[in-house]
Amino acid sequence: MPTDRKRTDDALNPDRRRLLAGAAGMAAMGGGFSIIRLALAKNDDEAVSSLTRWGLLIDTAKCSSGCNACVSACNDEHNLHGFGRPLTDPQWIRKLDLVDEHTGHESSLPMLCQHCEHPPCVDVCPTGASFRRDDGIVLVDKHTCIGCRYCVMACPYKARSFVHEALSNQKSYSPRGKGTVESCTLCVHRVDRDRTPACVEACQSDGGGAMVFGDLNDESGVLAGALRDHPSSQVRRDLDLNTGVRYRNL
Amino acid sequence: MGLDRLVPFVALILALVSPAASADLPELPRGKGDACVAPTDEMRRDHMDFLLHQRDLTVHDGIRTPRFSLVECVDCHVQRNSEGGFIPVDAPEQFCEICHTYASVKMDCFGCHATMPDSASADANTAASVVHTDDVLGVMSYRVTPVPEGGGTDAD
Repeated sequence: MPTDRKRTDDALNPDRRRLLAGAAGMAAMGGGFSIIRLALAKNDDEAVSSLTRWGLLIDTAKCSSGCNACVSACNDEHNLHGFGRPLTDPQWIRKLDLVDEHTGHESSLPMLCQHCEHPPCVDVCPTGASFRRDDGIVLVDKHTCIGCRYCVMACPYKARSFVHEALSNQKSYSPRGKGTVESCTLCVHRVDRDRTPACVEACQSDGGGAMVFGDLNDESGVLAGALRDHPSSQVRRDLDLNTGVRYRNL
Repeated sequence: MGLDRLVPFVALILALVSPAASADLPELPRGKGDACVAPTDEMRRDHMDFLLHQRDLTVHDGIRTPRFSLVECVDCHVQRNSEGGFIPVDAPEQFCEICHTYASVKMDCFGCHATMPDSASADANTAASVVHTDDVLGVMSYRVTPVPEGGGTDAD
């Protein structure tokens, strides 16, 4: 575990002491995994670090065609709602059903922002509003977004939406507004508080348990382990974007 | 100049410079707790700079300290109506709006940001999922079909 991510004043911070003590207790009960996750929990005043790279692994074999749990969870979490105009309504995650034209094999998967290491949306943004956080999460800074929608056109995954209409009743943790582009934030408000994105949580409780969230750089973590032990693929690997979202059985 | 000619002149000057000629100072609704996160004078003068600084730290670096967080401002300063429901902070006479109207400064925070704590807006919208046909996977020789009815529903 890297030690430089731990702030020197953490030893004096009683909250963190309690957290570490709790983690040690949980580790004693449930094995070594908990202490690694909790000990890395970020303090509120701590900046995100490139030592971490958040990502997802989605097993399409466990994702069923009729299930929409991840999409509903995302819409609830961020209060995304349509205006009955499917071509322009916001959509951060969507379900796709696929049929292999040669074999007839059918599969289903959620498509969302792939949180690329080399995101085309960031390349084309004229104001720097589209950016990649140090921990790999690709976001729109809506304070600087001018709504030009170059990023919407540049994204090979069609993951971005534009807000066409004035909104109200936004969630306090998920500001959204007319004239700006938006997309999956990997539930950054949850991730910063050491929680799992809403879609992953819903997939595990109400869906097929097809989604795994974790740190791609944490070799002892569940995500990096799963990617090391089993074959996986990137959608549009030919573009060489090194996506943070990977698929199995695709 | 006789005194009788001076009186109306002095009265006119007094009328021009007296406070009664300016708009009344806004009376701000009180927030929760004993004190704000900084002295009132400082908050009046510099709150926009605090918020601007904090927003960049939060959006780009994930720093989520509560002191100058807009969400915390709203949580403390939001008022309730007679039925106990929250009144948006950007409604007329409310904490943010009353001063911004007085100072004639337009704020655009609340085009995107929540004007009330989350509990009040939780049930305001039904979620909808819109399913699009798509060709992003075309390169892999897949044909993409929309998820059948029942998978997603429209709000309207």
